[in-house]
Amino acid sequence: MERFTVLDLLNLDLKEHNALNLRCLGGRPGLAREIRVPDLNRPGLALSGFFENFGPERIQIFGRGETAYLQKLANEGEFETVQRLLSRDDVPCVLFTHGLEPTKEFFELAERYTCPILQSDLPSSEFQARLMRALSNVFAAQETKHGVLVEVFGIGVLILGDSAVGKSEAALELVERGHRLVADDAVEIRCVAGNILLGYGANPTLGHHMEIRGLGVINITHLFGVGAIRDKKQIQLIVELEVWDSDKSYDRIGAEERTREILGVKVAYLQVPVKPGRNIPVIIETAAMNERLKKMGYYSAREFNQSVLKWLETENARSRHFQERDPMSYDDLSSG
Amino acid sequence: MTERSVVIKNRAGIHARPAALIVQTASKFKSKIAFKNENEEINAKSIMGIITLGASYNSSLTIKAEGEDESEAVDALSQLFENRFEED
Repeated sequence: MERFTVLDLLNLDLKEHNALNLRCLGGRPGLAREIRVPDLNRPGLALSGFFENFGPERIQIFGRGETAYLQKLANEGEFETVQRLLSRDDVPCVLFTHGLEPTKEFFELAERYTCPILQSDLPSSEFQARLMRALSNVFAAQETKHGVLVEVFGIGVLILGDSAVGKSEAALELVERGHRLVADDAVEIRCVAGNILLGYGANPTLGHHMEIRGLGVINITHLFGVGAIRDKKQIQLIVELEVWDSDKSYDRIGAEERTREILGVKVAYLQVPVKPGRNIPVIIETAAMNERLKKMGYYSAREFNQSVLKWLETENARSRHFQERDPMSYDDLSSG
Repeated sequence: MTERSVVIKNRAGIHARPAALIVQTASKFKSKIAFKNENEEINAKSIMGIITLGASYNSSLTIKAEGEDESEAVDALSQLFENRFEED
């Protein structure tokens, strides 16, 4: 990952329940400081002079308690610990919650040492939860894959395959059928919370475009409306398209659960051979619905096989019963 | 045309997994291959057809093949039955 600076944090542009509502109060030259760890610190102990095990590289959060303590220090004319904290250039920034403001002396010291002062109107506990969520997304392991990510019936389907196998064309028809495009060509995948893969468009500023051979670049939002796109989606199914190879045997039953690993997370995986006359979008739609059924606990292939086994068992028992009772009549029946 | 009678020797009969094996093997050959029991004849390259045959333990079937590689096809398929589809 490239450097993630305090300015990047200010520019995160998160929405609704993720919004951090940040603004910068001072120390602007320090906005270029890098945030190295996805963590935060309440510097109460440091302010009281105890700097052992102090986590300077973390974002320093000043809530009501810390701000009240700053006020007390200001009233007593005591600024040594504040200066010690703000003079460290490994502190990325200080941050006031509840819309609180620093004392005048604190502000001047921060300006002198170019330590950025940020402010949020959120209460500390809520802000910390959101900040941790935002930082863990930023610092999550990530990988960019060549493929198309679409949301089909609520399932995030990552379509992979060699170029020119028809990924974009399949996705275009899915969009035309009312499903949603998340990203075409380059899908950025992040592993969040250890077991969830989130897919994004690799470049959010370029928006939802697709390249279709013979048409060129088309704008999906303009052509199909805002309902046809999504910014991000969890990847729940991987469909790999490949040119039909008659020497290769493809899964005919589907009773085995195949998975593929991305960033250490296993995702359901299907290999779908492509040849003229096979309608790939319909197959992908059906795969997505089947995946939903599986999530509800219904495994079509497995249950089908169980009923076949049960049926064969009764057939077997019946024929044995007839044989034991009267072998002659059974032979007569079968030969007649 | 080559014909051979085989007996199902695996306990579970021809369920989904053996059926998949049969279809996979049959699809490798160019010949027209069919399975016959007393009252029906089905294409050996159709998985649902083979399962709906309902071939249970100890019942017998006839393999019929017609085409350039018919004897190889019958050999390969009866080998599967001999090996109990790699089951029990």
